[in-house]
Amino acid sequence: MSFVPDFFAQALNGLSYGVLLFLLSVGLTLIFGMLDIVNLAHGSFYMLGAYAGLALIAGTGSFWLALALAPLVVGGIGAVIERSCLRPLYRRPALDQVLLTFGFIYLFGDVVKWIFGGRIRSIPSPDLFSGSVTVLGATVPSYRLFVIAFGLGMAVVLWLLIERTRLGAIVRAGVFDAEMTAGMGINIDRVFTGVFAGGAALAGLSGVIAGPIQSAYPPMGAGILIPALIVVVVGGLGSLKGSLAGSLIIGQAETFGKAWFPGASMLIIYVVMALILLFRPRGLFGRPLR
Amino acid sequence: MIFRAAAFAALVIVLAAVPLFAGAYPVKLLEEILIWGIFAMSLDLLMGYAGMVSFGHSAFFGVGGYLAALLLKSAPGAASALLLPALGAGLCALAIGFFSIRVSGVYFIMLTLAFSQMFYAVAFQAAWLGAEDGIVGVPRPIILGADLGRPMSFHLYLVALCALAALVLWRVVRSPFGHVLRGIHENEARMQAVGYPVNRYKLLAFVIAGIIAGVAGSLYTQFVGSITPDAFFWTASGEVLLMVIIGGTGTLGGAALGAAAFILLQSLVSSYTERWMLILGLTFILFVLFAPGGIVGALRGRIGLRA
Repeated sequence: MSFVPDFFAQALNGLSYGVLLFLLSVGLTLIFGMLDIVNLAHGSFYMLGAYAGLALIAGTGSFWLALALAPLVVGGIGAVIERSCLRPLYRRPALDQVLLTFGFIYLFGDVVKWIFGGRIRSIPSPDLFSGSVTVLGATVPSYRLFVIAFGLGMAVVLWLLIERTRLGAIVRAGVFDAEMTAGMGINIDRVFTGVFAGGAALAGLSGVIAGPIQSAYPPMGAGILIPALIVVVVGGLGSLKGSLAGSLIIGQAETFGKAWFPGASMLIIYVVMALILLFRPRGLFGRPLR
Repeated sequence: MIFRAAAFAALVIVLAAVPLFAGAYPVKLLEEILIWGIFAMSLDLLMGYAGMVSFGHSAFFGVGGYLAALLLKSAPGAASALLLPALGAGLCALAIGFFSIRVSGVYFIMLTLAFSQMFYAVAFQAAWLGAEDGIVGVPRPIILGADLGRPMSFHLYLVALCALAALVLWRVVRSPFGHVLRGIHENEARMQAVGYPVNRYKLLAFVIAGIIAGVAGSLYTQFVGSITPDAFFWTASGEVLLMVIIGGTGTLGGAALGAAAFILLQSLVSSYTERWMLILGLTFILFVLFAPGGIVGALRGRIGLRA
Protein backbone atom coordinates (compact mmCIF):
# COMPACT_ATOMS: atom_id res chain seq x y z
CA MET A 1 0.00 0.00 0.00
CA SER A 2 1.40 3.36 -0.95
CA PHE A 3 1.51 6.34 1.29
CA VAL A 4 -1.32 8.53 0.02
CA PRO A 5 -4.16 5.94 0.00
CA ASP A 6 -2.97 4.57 3.33
CA PHE A 7 -2.89 8.02 4.86
CA PHE A 8 -6.29 8.83 3.44
CA ALA A 9 -7.83 5.60 4.73
CA GLN A 10 -6.45 6.29 8.19
CA ALA A 11 -7.77 9.83 8.12
CA LEU A 12 -11.24 8.55 7.25
CA ASN A 13 -11.07 5.97 10.05
CA GLY A 14 -10.07 8.73 12.42
CA LEU A 15 -12.89 10.90 11.19
CA SER A 16 -15.53 8.21 11.73
CA TYR A 17 -14.17 7.52 15.23
CA GLY A 18 -14.10 11.26 15.91
CA VAL A 19 -17.73 11.59 14.87
CA LEU A 20 -18.74 8.83 17.31
CA LEU A 21 -16.79 10.62 20.03
CA PHE A 22 -18.53 13.86 19.15
CA LEU A 23 -22.03 12.41 19.61
CA LEU A 24 -20.89 11.01 22.93
CA SER A 25 -19.05 14.03 24.24
CA VAL A 26 -21.59 16.64 23.26
CA GLY A 27 -24.02 15.22 25.83
CA LEU A 28 -21.26 14.84 28.37
CA THR A 29 -20.14 18.44 27.99
CA LEU A 30 -23.66 19.93 28.08
CA ILE A 31 -24.62 17.84 31.12
CA PHE A 32 -21.42 18.96 32.77
CA GLY A 33 -21.98 22.60 31.89
CA MET A 34 -25.52 22.64 33.14
CA LEU A 35 -25.79 20.15 35.98
CA ASP A 36 -22.16 20.45 37.09
CA ILE A 37 -21.70 16.70 37.16
CA VAL A 38 -19.46 14.28 35.32
CA ASN A 39 -21.84 11.62 34.13
CA LEU A 40 -19.70 8.50 34.46
CA ALA A 41 -22.63 6.42 33.20
CA HIS A 42 -22.38 8.16 29.83
CA GLY A 43 -20.37 5.26 28.46
CA SER A 44 -23.13 2.96 29.67
CA PHE A 45 -25.66 4.92 27.62
CA TYR A 46 -23.43 4.31 24.60
CA MET A 47 -23.39 0.60 25.37
CA LEU A 48 -27.15 0.56 25.96
CA GLY A 49 -27.57 2.24 22.57
CA ALA A 50 -25.57 -0.50 20.86
CA TYR A 51 -27.59 -3.27 22.55
CA ALA A 52 -30.92 -1.52 22.02
CA GLY A 53 -29.92 -1.29 18.36
CA LEU A 54 -29.05 -4.99 18.33
CA ALA A 55 -32.42 -5.93 19.84
CA LEU A 56 -34.40 -3.59 17.61
CA ILE A 57 -32.68 -4.82 14.45
CA ALA A 58 -33.48 -8.38 15.50
CA GLY A 59 -37.06 -7.39 16.32
CA THR A 60 -37.94 -5.15 13.40
CA GLY A 61 -35.45 -6.35 10.82
CA SER A 62 -34.63 -2.77 9.93
CA PHE A 63 -31.43 -0.93 10.80
CA TRP A 64 -33.07 2.43 10.11
CA LEU A 65 -35.96 1.79 12.47
CA ALA A 66 -33.44 0.77 15.14
CA LEU A 67 -31.44 3.93 14.47
CA ALA A 68 -34.56 6.01 15.09
CA LEU A 69 -35.93 4.11 18.09
CA ALA A 70 -32.84 3.12 20.12
CA PRO A 71 -31.92 6.72 21.04
CA LEU A 72 -35.49 7.22 22.27
CA VAL A 73 -35.18 4.16 24.52
CA VAL A 74 -31.85 5.33 25.93
CA GLY A 75 -33.08 8.91 26.29
CA GLY A 76 -36.10 7.61 28.21
CA ILE A 77 -33.82 5.69 30.57
CA GLY A 78 -31.79 8.88 31.03
CA ALA A 79 -34.91 10.91 31.85
CA VAL A 80 -36.00 8.36 34.45
CA ILE A 81 -32.57 8.38 36.10
CA GLU A 82 -32.45 12.17 36.23
CA ARG A 83 -35.94 12.45 37.70
CA SER A 84 -35.74 9.63 40.21
CA CYS A 85 -32.14 9.53 41.36
CA LEU A 86 -30.21 12.67 40.42
CA ARG A 87 -32.82 15.28 41.28
CA PRO A 88 -32.98 14.45 45.00
CA LEU A 89 -29.19 14.96 45.11
CA TYR A 90 -28.92 18.47 43.65
CA ARG A 91 -28.76 19.99 47.11
CA ARG A 92 -25.93 17.71 48.12
CA PRO A 93 -22.26 18.09 47.10
CA ALA A 94 -21.83 17.55 43.32
CA LEU A 95 -19.66 14.58 44.13
CA ASP A 96 -22.57 12.48 45.36
CA GLN A 97 -24.11 12.71 41.91
CA VAL A 98 -20.88 11.65 40.22
CA LEU A 99 -20.66 8.66 42.52
CA LEU A 100 -24.28 7.78 41.84
CA THR A 101 -23.61 7.64 38.11
CA PHE A 102 -20.71 5.29 38.84
CA GLY A 103 -23.16 2.87 40.49
CA PHE A 104 -25.21 2.79 37.29
CA ILE A 105 -22.22 1.51 35.33
CA TYR A 106 -22.34 -1.74 37.30
CA LEU A 107 -26.12 -1.90 37.16
CA PHE A 108 -26.39 -1.46 33.38
CA GLY A 109 -23.33 -3.58 32.65
CA ASP A 110 -24.82 -6.53 34.49
CA VAL A 111 -28.38 -6.11 33.22
CA VAL A 112 -27.08 -6.17 29.65
CA LYS A 113 -24.93 -9.22 30.40
CA TRP A 114 -27.99 -10.89 31.89
CA ILE A 115 -30.18 -10.27 28.85
CA PHE A 116 -27.69 -10.60 26.01
CA GLY A 117 -24.86 -12.65 27.50
CA GLY A 118 -21.26 -11.50 27.91
CA ARG A 119 -20.00 -12.42 24.45
CA ILE A 120 -19.18 -9.95 21.69
CA ARG A 121 -22.25 -9.62 19.46
CA SER A 122 -21.66 -8.35 15.95
CA ILE A 123 -24.20 -6.02 14.39
CA PRO A 124 -24.62 -6.13 10.59
CA SER A 125 -24.34 -2.89 8.68
CA PRO A 126 -27.48 -1.90 6.76
CA ASP A 127 -27.79 -3.42 3.26
CA LEU A 128 -27.55 -0.02 1.63
CA PHE A 129 -24.02 0.47 3.01
CA SER A 130 -22.74 -3.10 3.16
CA GLY A 131 -20.22 -2.69 0.34
CA SER A 132 -17.09 -0.63 0.05
CA VAL A 133 -15.96 2.15 -2.22
CA THR A 134 -12.58 3.22 -3.51
CA VAL A 135 -11.64 6.83 -2.84
CA LEU A 136 -8.23 8.22 -3.85
CA GLY A 137 -6.95 4.67 -4.20
CA ALA A 138 -8.08 3.68 -0.72
CA THR A 139 -10.76 1.05 -0.21
CA VAL A 140 -13.16 2.25 2.44
CA PRO A 141 -16.29 0.48 3.76
CA SER A 142 -19.17 2.64 2.59
CA TYR A 143 -20.73 2.35 6.05
CA ARG A 144 -17.86 4.42 7.42
CA LEU A 145 -18.61 7.16 4.94
CA PHE A 146 -22.23 7.05 6.06
CA VAL A 147 -21.16 7.38 9.72
CA ILE A 148 -19.03 10.40 8.87
CA ALA A 149 -21.76 12.10 6.86
CA PHE A 150 -24.40 11.29 9.46
CA GLY A 151 -22.25 12.55 12.34
CA LEU A 152 -21.31 15.78 10.61
CA GLY A 153 -24.98 16.26 9.70
CA MET A 154 -25.90 15.80 13.37
CA ALA A 155 -23.28 18.38 14.31
CA VAL A 156 -24.94 20.92 12.01
CA VAL A 157 -28.41 20.07 13.36
CA LEU A 158 -27.21 20.39 16.94
CA TRP A 159 -25.46 23.65 16.20
CA LEU A 160 -28.65 25.08 14.66
CA LEU A 161 -30.69 23.77 17.58
CA ILE A 162 -28.44 25.26 20.23
CA GLU A 163 -27.40 28.51 18.55
CA ARG A 164 -30.50 29.38 16.54
CA THR A 165 -33.58 28.35 18.50
CA ARG A 166 -35.28 29.59 21.65
CA LEU A 167 -34.80 26.18 23.26
CA GLY A 168 -31.11 26.36 22.49
CA ALA A 169 -30.89 29.81 24.02
CA ILE A 170 -32.44 28.48 27.22
CA VAL A 171 -29.93 25.61 27.31
CA ARG A 172 -27.03 28.01 26.74
CA ALA A 173 -28.33 30.27 29.48
CA GLY A 174 -28.64 27.28 31.80
CA VAL A 175 -25.06 26.23 31.11
CA PHE A 176 -23.89 29.77 31.83
CA ASP A 177 -25.85 30.28 35.06
CA ALA A 178 -28.63 27.86 35.97
CA GLU A 179 -29.84 29.80 38.99
CA MET A 180 -30.20 33.05 37.09
CA THR A 181 -32.01 31.25 34.27
CA ALA A 182 -34.50 29.89 36.79
CA GLY A 183 -34.87 33.43 38.11
CA MET A 184 -35.93 34.59 34.64
CA GLY A 185 -38.98 32.37 34.90
CA ILE A 186 -37.65 29.33 33.04
CA ASN A 187 -38.67 25.95 34.42
CA ILE A 188 -35.07 24.88 34.88
CA ASP A 189 -35.98 21.47 36.32
CA ARG A 190 -37.57 20.49 33.05
CA VAL A 191 -34.55 21.81 31.12
CA PHE A 192 -32.24 19.71 33.33
CA THR A 193 -34.25 16.59 32.59
CA GLY A 194 -34.32 17.45 28.91
CA VAL A 195 -30.57 18.01 28.68
CA PHE A 196 -29.77 14.83 30.58
CA ALA A 197 -32.19 12.78 28.48
CA GLY A 198 -30.99 14.44 25.27
CA GLY A 199 -27.36 13.71 26.15
CA ALA A 200 -28.26 10.11 26.92
CA ALA A 201 -30.12 9.80 23.62
CA LEU A 202 -27.11 11.15 21.69
CA ALA A 203 -24.84 8.68 23.47
CA GLY A 204 -27.33 5.95 22.55
CA LEU A 205 -27.32 7.14 18.95
CA SER A 206 -23.53 6.98 18.96
CA GLY A 207 -23.78 3.42 20.25
CA VAL A 208 -26.19 2.34 17.50
CA ILE A 209 -24.08 3.67 14.67
CA ALA A 210 -20.91 2.34 16.30
CA GLY A 211 -22.47 -1.14 16.42
CA PRO A 212 -21.62 -2.31 12.89
CA ILE A 213 -18.04 -0.99 13.28
CA GLN A 214 -17.16 -2.03 16.83
CA SER A 215 -19.79 -4.72 17.66
CA ALA A 216 -21.49 -4.78 21.05
CA TYR A 217 -19.96 -6.09 24.29
CA PRO A 218 -20.74 -5.15 27.90
CA PRO A 219 -17.47 -3.37 28.84
CA MET A 220 -17.52 -1.15 25.71
CA GLY A 221 -18.93 1.73 27.75
CA ALA A 222 -16.18 1.84 30.36
CA GLY A 223 -13.60 1.84 27.56
CA ILE A 224 -14.98 4.72 25.51
CA LEU A 225 -15.80 6.94 28.48
CA ILE A 226 -12.17 7.94 28.95
CA PRO A 227 -11.56 9.24 25.39
CA ALA A 228 -14.91 11.05 25.61
CA LEU A 229 -13.89 12.71 28.87
CA ILE A 230 -10.58 13.69 27.30
CA VAL A 231 -12.48 15.26 24.40
CA VAL A 232 -14.48 17.31 26.90
CA VAL A 233 -11.32 18.45 28.70
CA VAL A 234 -9.50 19.24 25.45
CA GLY A 235 -12.43 21.05 23.84
CA GLY A 236 -13.42 23.03 26.90
CA LEU A 237 -16.19 22.22 29.35
CA GLY A 238 -19.71 23.08 28.29
CA SER A 239 -18.81 24.03 24.71
CA LEU A 240 -20.41 22.47 21.62
CA LYS A 241 -17.71 23.83 19.35
CA GLY A 242 -15.05 22.49 21.69
CA SER A 243 -16.69 19.10 21.72
CA LEU A 244 -16.57 18.93 17.91
CA ALA A 245 -12.98 20.18 17.64
CA GLY A 246 -11.83 17.93 20.50
CA SER A 247 -13.51 14.86 18.98
CA LEU A 248 -11.90 15.37 15.59
CA ILE A 249 -8.46 15.90 17.16
CA ILE A 250 -8.68 12.93 19.51
CA GLY A 251 -10.19 10.73 16.79
CA GLN A 252 -7.27 11.43 14.44
CA ALA A 253 -4.67 11.22 17.23
CA GLU A 254 -5.85 7.80 18.32
CA THR A 255 -6.18 6.39 14.80
CA PHE A 256 -2.83 7.65 13.56
CA GLY A 257 -1.24 6.66 16.87
CA LYS A 258 -2.35 3.08 16.26
CA ALA A 259 -0.87 3.10 12.77
CA TRP A 260 2.39 4.91 13.45
CA PHE A 261 3.25 4.10 17.07
CA PRO A 262 1.67 0.69 17.63
CA GLY A 263 3.67 0.17 20.82
CA ALA A 264 2.44 3.35 22.51
CA SER A 265 -0.81 4.09 20.71
CA MET A 266 -2.93 4.21 23.84
CA LEU A 267 -0.68 6.89 25.29
CA ILE A 268 -1.05 9.36 22.42
CA ILE A 269 -4.38 10.87 23.47
CA TYR A 270 -3.00 11.64 26.93
CA VAL A 271 -0.01 13.37 25.40
CA VAL A 272 -2.36 15.47 23.25
CA MET A 273 -4.44 16.30 26.31
CA ALA A 274 -1.38 17.25 28.37
CA LEU A 275 -0.03 19.48 25.59
CA ILE A 276 -3.32 21.31 25.15
CA LEU A 277 -3.83 21.74 28.88
CA LEU A 278 -0.29 23.01 29.23
CA PHE A 279 -0.82 25.87 26.78
CA ARG A 280 -4.54 26.38 27.31
CA PRO A 281 -5.73 25.09 30.68
CA ARG A 282 -9.39 25.83 29.95
CA GLY A 283 -9.42 23.76 26.77
CA LEU A 284 -9.77 25.00 23.21
CA PHE A 285 -13.17 26.70 23.50
CA GLY A 286 -13.79 26.65 27.24
CA ARG A 287 -14.79 29.55 29.39
CA PRO A 288 -11.98 30.99 31.52
CA LEU A 289 -11.56 28.94 34.70
CA ARG A 290 -13.16 30.63 37.65
CA MET B 1 -8.37 6.38 74.92
CA ILE B 2 -7.12 3.38 76.87
CA PHE B 3 -10.32 1.59 75.97
CA ARG B 4 -9.77 2.32 72.29
CA ALA B 5 -6.14 1.15 72.39
CA ALA B 6 -7.20 -2.05 74.16
CA ALA B 7 -9.97 -2.67 71.63
CA PHE B 8 -7.55 -2.10 68.74
CA ALA B 9 -4.97 -4.48 70.28
CA ALA B 10 -7.66 -7.10 70.88
CA LEU B 11 -8.85 -6.79 67.27
CA VAL B 12 -5.30 -7.22 65.97
CA ILE B 13 -4.78 -10.32 68.13
CA VAL B 14 -8.06 -11.85 66.99
CA LEU B 15 -7.27 -11.15 63.34
CA ALA B 16 -3.82 -12.65 63.76
CA ALA B 17 -5.28 -15.78 65.37
CA VAL B 18 -7.94 -16.44 62.71
CA PRO B 19 -5.92 -19.13 60.84
CA LEU B 20 -5.79 -21.17 64.07
CA PHE B 21 -9.51 -21.86 64.01
CA ALA B 22 -10.74 -21.01 60.48
CA GLY B 23 -10.38 -22.83 57.20
CA ALA B 24 -8.32 -21.77 54.21
CA TYR B 25 -11.10 -19.91 52.38
CA PRO B 26 -12.16 -17.56 55.23
CA VAL B 27 -8.49 -16.79 55.86
CA LYS B 28 -8.01 -15.95 52.20
CA LEU B 29 -11.03 -13.62 52.33
CA LEU B 30 -9.70 -11.97 55.48
CA GLU B 31 -6.31 -11.40 53.86
CA GLU B 32 -7.97 -9.82 50.84
CA ILE B 33 -9.95 -7.57 53.18
CA LEU B 34 -6.77 -6.52 54.99
CA ILE B 35 -5.07 -5.50 51.73
CA TRP B 36 -8.08 -3.61 50.34
CA GLY B 37 -8.60 -2.16 53.82
CA ILE B 38 -5.16 -0.55 53.66
CA PHE B 39 -5.94 0.77 50.17
CA ALA B 40 -9.35 2.12 51.23
CA MET B 41 -7.96 3.79 54.37
CA SER B 42 -5.31 5.56 52.29
CA LEU B 43 -8.01 6.92 49.98
CA ASP B 44 -10.09 7.98 52.96
CA LEU B 45 -7.23 10.22 54.11
CA LEU B 46 -7.72 12.14 50.85
CA MET B 47 -11.49 11.91 50.58
CA GLY B 48 -12.73 12.00 54.12
CA TYR B 49 -10.18 14.33 55.66
CA ALA B 50 -8.69 16.54 52.94
CA GLY B 51 -11.87 16.53 50.83
CA MET B 52 -9.98 15.53 47.68
CA VAL B 53 -11.97 12.90 45.81
CA SER B 54 -9.47 11.11 43.62
CA PHE B 55 -10.71 8.86 40.84
CA GLY B 56 -7.17 7.78 40.07
CA HIS B 57 -6.02 6.19 43.29
CA SER B 58 -5.46 2.89 41.48
CA ALA B 59 -2.38 4.48 39.85
CA PHE B 60 -0.43 4.16 43.11
CA PHE B 61 -1.80 0.72 43.91
CA GLY B 62 -0.69 -0.41 40.46
CA VAL B 63 2.74 1.22 40.64
CA GLY B 64 3.37 -0.46 44.00
CA GLY B 65 2.15 -3.76 42.61
CA TYR B 66 4.23 -3.63 39.42
CA LEU B 67 7.39 -2.48 41.21
CA ALA B 68 7.05 -5.31 43.71
CA ALA B 69 6.49 -7.81 40.89
CA LEU B 70 9.59 -6.64 38.98
CA LEU B 71 11.83 -6.42 42.03
CA LEU B 72 10.76 -9.55 43.89
CA LYS B 73 11.65 -11.67 40.87
CA SER B 74 15.30 -10.72 41.24
CA ALA B 75 15.68 -9.97 44.96
CA PRO B 76 12.96 -11.24 47.30
CA GLY B 77 13.75 -9.06 50.34
CA ALA B 78 12.17 -6.25 52.35
CA ALA B 79 13.46 -3.55 50.03
CA SER B 80 11.74 -5.12 47.02
CA ALA B 81 8.58 -5.98 48.92
CA LEU B 82 7.92 -2.77 50.80
CA LEU B 83 10.50 0.00 50.66
CA LEU B 84 10.94 0.54 46.92
CA PRO B 85 7.26 0.07 45.96
CA ALA B 86 6.31 2.62 48.62
CA LEU B 87 8.99 5.00 47.38
CA GLY B 88 7.99 4.59 43.74
CA ALA B 89 4.32 5.11 44.46
CA GLY B 90 5.19 8.16 46.56
CA LEU B 91 7.20 9.69 43.71
CA CYS B 92 4.34 9.09 41.28
CA ALA B 93 1.94 10.70 43.74
CA LEU B 94 4.28 13.69 44.00
CA ALA B 95 4.27 14.13 40.21
CA ILE B 96 0.54 13.54 39.68
CA GLY B 97 -0.36 15.55 42.77
CA PHE B 98 1.78 18.48 41.63
CA PHE B 99 -0.45 18.89 38.55
CA SER B 100 -3.78 17.77 40.00
CA ILE B 101 -4.05 19.73 43.23
CA ARG B 102 -4.21 23.03 41.34
CA VAL B 103 -7.81 22.23 40.50
CA SER B 104 -10.56 20.90 42.73
CA GLY B 105 -13.91 19.18 42.68
CA VAL B 106 -14.98 17.67 39.39
CA TYR B 107 -11.84 18.88 37.58
CA PHE B 108 -9.72 17.07 40.15
CA ILE B 109 -11.73 13.90 39.53
CA MET B 110 -11.15 14.15 35.77
CA LEU B 111 -7.43 14.86 36.00
CA THR B 112 -6.71 12.05 38.45
CA LEU B 113 -8.82 9.74 36.29
CA ALA B 114 -6.85 10.65 33.18
CA PHE B 115 -3.50 10.20 34.93
CA SER B 116 -4.35 6.74 36.21
CA GLN B 117 -5.57 5.73 32.75
CA MET B 118 -2.21 6.83 31.40
CA PHE B 119 -0.54 4.25 33.63
CA TYR B 120 -3.05 1.68 32.39
CA ALA B 121 -2.17 2.53 28.80
CA VAL B 122 1.55 2.09 29.48
CA ALA B 123 1.15 -1.16 31.42
CA PHE B 124 -1.21 -2.56 28.79
CA GLN B 125 1.23 -2.05 25.94
CA ALA B 126 4.74 -2.24 27.40
CA ALA B 127 6.35 -5.58 26.60
CA TRP B 128 8.73 -5.36 29.57
CA LEU B 129 5.70 -5.16 31.88
CA GLY B 130 4.16 -8.24 30.28
CA ALA B 131 1.62 -6.11 28.36
CA GLU B 132 -1.95 -7.43 28.68
CA ASP B 133 -0.98 -10.52 30.68
CA GLY B 134 0.92 -8.62 33.35
CA ILE B 135 3.65 -10.22 35.44
CA VAL B 136 3.06 -13.69 36.80
CA GLY B 137 4.94 -16.08 39.07
CA VAL B 138 6.06 -13.49 41.62
CA PRO B 139 7.62 -15.15 44.69
CA ARG B 140 6.80 -14.04 48.23
CA PRO B 141 9.69 -12.34 50.00
CA ILE B 142 11.89 -13.40 52.92
CA ILE B 143 11.92 -10.62 55.50
CA LEU B 144 14.02 -10.62 58.68
CA GLY B 145 14.67 -14.33 58.20
CA ALA B 146 10.94 -15.12 58.02
CA ASP B 147 9.93 -16.99 54.88
CA LEU B 148 6.62 -15.41 53.90
CA GLY B 149 5.98 -18.27 51.52
CA ARG B 150 4.59 -20.06 54.58
CA PRO B 151 0.87 -19.21 54.96
CA MET B 152 0.95 -18.41 58.69
CA SER B 153 3.92 -16.03 58.47
CA PHE B 154 2.36 -14.28 55.49
CA HIS B 155 -0.89 -13.88 57.42
CA LEU B 156 0.88 -12.36 60.43
CA TYR B 157 2.86 -10.09 58.10
CA LEU B 158 -0.38 -8.80 56.54
CA VAL B 159 -2.06 -8.25 59.90
CA ALA B 160 1.00 -6.42 61.22
CA LEU B 161 1.24 -4.15 58.16
CA CYS B 162 -2.47 -3.40 58.15
CA ALA B 163 -2.31 -2.48 61.84
CA LEU B 164 0.76 -0.35 61.15
CA ALA B 165 -0.98 1.45 58.27
CA ALA B 166 -4.03 2.08 60.44
CA LEU B 167 -1.84 3.48 63.25
CA VAL B 168 0.15 5.71 60.91
CA LEU B 169 -3.01 7.09 59.29
CA TRP B 170 -4.68 7.50 62.67
CA ARG B 171 -1.64 9.42 63.89
CA VAL B 172 -1.69 11.58 60.74
CA VAL B 173 -5.35 12.54 61.00
CA ARG B 174 -5.02 13.30 64.74
CA SER B 175 -1.94 15.46 64.26
CA PRO B 176 -2.02 19.22 63.70
CA PHE B 177 -1.42 18.37 60.03
CA GLY B 178 -4.61 16.32 59.99
CA HIS B 179 -6.55 19.17 61.55
CA VAL B 180 -5.32 21.54 58.87
CA LEU B 181 -6.51 19.03 56.25
CA ARG B 182 -9.95 19.00 57.80
CA GLY B 183 -9.90 22.78 57.84
CA ILE B 184 -9.11 22.79 54.11
CA HIS B 185 -12.01 20.40 53.56
CA GLU B 186 -14.38 22.71 55.41
CA ASN B 187 -13.24 26.00 53.96
CA GLU B 188 -10.20 26.15 51.73
CA ALA B 189 -10.31 29.90 51.11
CA ARG B 190 -10.35 30.65 54.81
CA MET B 191 -7.40 28.34 55.53
CA GLN B 192 -5.51 30.11 52.77
CA ALA B 193 -6.43 33.49 54.22
CA VAL B 194 -5.33 32.45 57.71
CA GLY B 195 -1.92 31.80 56.20
CA TYR B 196 -1.66 28.06 55.64
CA PRO B 197 0.14 27.05 52.44
CA VAL B 198 -2.92 25.05 51.38
CA ASN B 199 -1.42 23.48 48.27
CA ARG B 200 1.61 22.17 50.13
CA TYR B 201 -0.66 20.50 52.69
CA LYS B 202 -2.78 18.95 49.98
CA LEU B 203 0.26 17.69 48.11
CA LEU B 204 1.71 16.11 51.23
CA ALA B 205 -1.62 14.39 51.96
CA PHE B 206 -1.68 13.15 48.36
CA VAL B 207 1.85 11.73 48.67
CA ILE B 208 1.15 10.02 52.02
CA ALA B 209 -1.99 8.43 50.59
CA GLY B 210 -0.04 7.40 47.48
CA ILE B 211 2.72 5.74 49.52
CA ILE B 212 0.25 3.71 51.56
CA ALA B 213 -1.71 2.74 48.44
CA GLY B 214 1.60 1.62 46.91
CA VAL B 215 2.23 -0.65 49.89
CA ALA B 216 -1.27 -2.08 49.48
CA GLY B 217 -0.55 -2.74 45.80
CA SER B 218 2.72 -4.46 46.62
CA LEU B 219 0.98 -6.65 49.21
CA TYR B 220 -1.65 -7.50 46.62
CA THR B 221 1.04 -8.71 44.20
CA GLN B 222 2.58 -10.81 46.96
CA PHE B 223 -0.83 -12.19 47.92
CA VAL B 224 -1.89 -13.21 44.41
CA GLY B 225 1.57 -13.87 43.01
CA SER B 226 0.87 -11.78 39.92
CA ILE B 227 -0.26 -8.34 38.73
CA THR B 228 -2.15 -7.30 35.59
CA PRO B 229 -2.93 -3.91 33.98
CA ASP B 230 -6.45 -4.18 35.43
CA ALA B 231 -4.96 -2.97 38.71
CA PHE B 232 -4.59 0.40 36.99
CA PHE B 233 -7.96 0.52 35.24
CA TRP B 234 -10.16 3.37 36.38
CA THR B 235 -12.88 1.06 37.64
CA ALA B 236 -10.40 -0.19 40.27
CA SER B 237 -10.25 3.38 41.57
CA GLY B 238 -14.03 3.37 41.51
CA GLU B 239 -14.20 0.16 43.50
CA VAL B 240 -12.05 1.47 46.30
CA LEU B 241 -14.10 4.68 46.32
CA LEU B 242 -17.16 2.49 46.69
CA MET B 243 -15.64 0.77 49.70
CA VAL B 244 -14.97 4.10 51.39
CA ILE B 245 -18.50 5.33 50.67
CA ILE B 246 -20.14 2.10 51.84
CA GLY B 247 -18.12 2.16 55.05
CA GLY B 248 -18.37 5.88 55.71
CA THR B 249 -16.03 8.68 54.67
CA GLY B 250 -13.94 10.51 57.21
CA THR B 251 -13.59 7.54 59.54
CA LEU B 252 -10.59 5.26 58.98
CA GLY B 253 -12.38 2.36 60.64
CA GLY B 254 -15.27 2.98 58.27
CA ALA B 255 -13.04 2.63 55.24
CA ALA B 256 -11.73 -0.72 56.50
CA LEU B 257 -15.27 -1.78 57.35
CA GLY B 258 -16.35 -0.80 53.84
CA ALA B 259 -13.59 -2.98 52.35
CA ALA B 260 -14.79 -5.87 54.52
CA ALA B 261 -18.43 -5.32 53.57
CA PHE B 262 -17.56 -5.11 49.88
CA ILE B 263 -15.49 -8.30 49.80
CA LEU B 264 -17.83 -10.31 52.04
CA LEU B 265 -20.85 -9.19 50.03
CA GLN B 266 -19.02 -10.14 46.85
CA SER B 267 -18.17 -13.65 48.04
CA LEU B 268 -21.62 -14.13 49.58
CA VAL B 269 -23.64 -12.89 46.61
CA SER B 270 -21.51 -14.62 44.01
CA SER B 271 -22.00 -17.95 45.79
CA TYR B 272 -25.76 -17.62 45.30
CA THR B 273 -26.09 -15.84 41.97
CA GLU B 274 -24.04 -14.64 39.03
CA ARG B 275 -25.65 -11.21 39.32
CA TRP B 276 -22.99 -9.81 41.66
CA MET B 277 -22.39 -6.62 39.68
CA LEU B 278 -26.10 -5.85 39.62
CA ILE B 279 -26.38 -6.22 43.40
CA LEU B 280 -23.22 -4.18 43.85
CA GLY B 281 -24.50 -1.35 41.64
CA LEU B 282 -27.87 -1.30 43.41
CA THR B 283 -26.27 -1.38 46.86
CA PHE B 284 -24.06 1.49 45.93
CA ILE B 285 -26.87 3.58 44.43
CA LEU B 286 -29.00 3.01 47.53
CA PHE B 287 -26.11 3.99 49.79
CA VAL B 288 -25.49 7.24 47.92
CA LEU B 289 -29.20 8.08 47.91
CA PHE B 290 -30.19 7.11 51.42
CA ALA B 291 -27.09 6.62 53.56
CA PRO B 292 -24.41 9.07 52.41
CA GLY B 293 -22.59 8.55 55.74
CA GLY B 294 -22.08 4.87 54.94
CA ILE B 295 -22.40 2.07 57.48
CA VAL B 296 -20.66 4.09 60.17
CA GLY B 297 -22.84 7.13 59.52
CA ALA B 298 -26.00 5.03 59.63
CA LEU B 299 -24.93 3.45 62.91
CA ARG B 300 -24.07 6.71 64.55
CA GLY B 301 -27.09 8.62 63.27
CA ARG B 302 -26.89 12.01 61.68
CA ILE B 303 -25.84 13.91 64.79
CA GLY B 304 -22.73 11.99 65.65
CA LEU B 305 -21.45 11.98 62.08
CA ARG B 306 -18.66 14.46 62.61
CA ALA B 307 -17.50 13.02 65.92
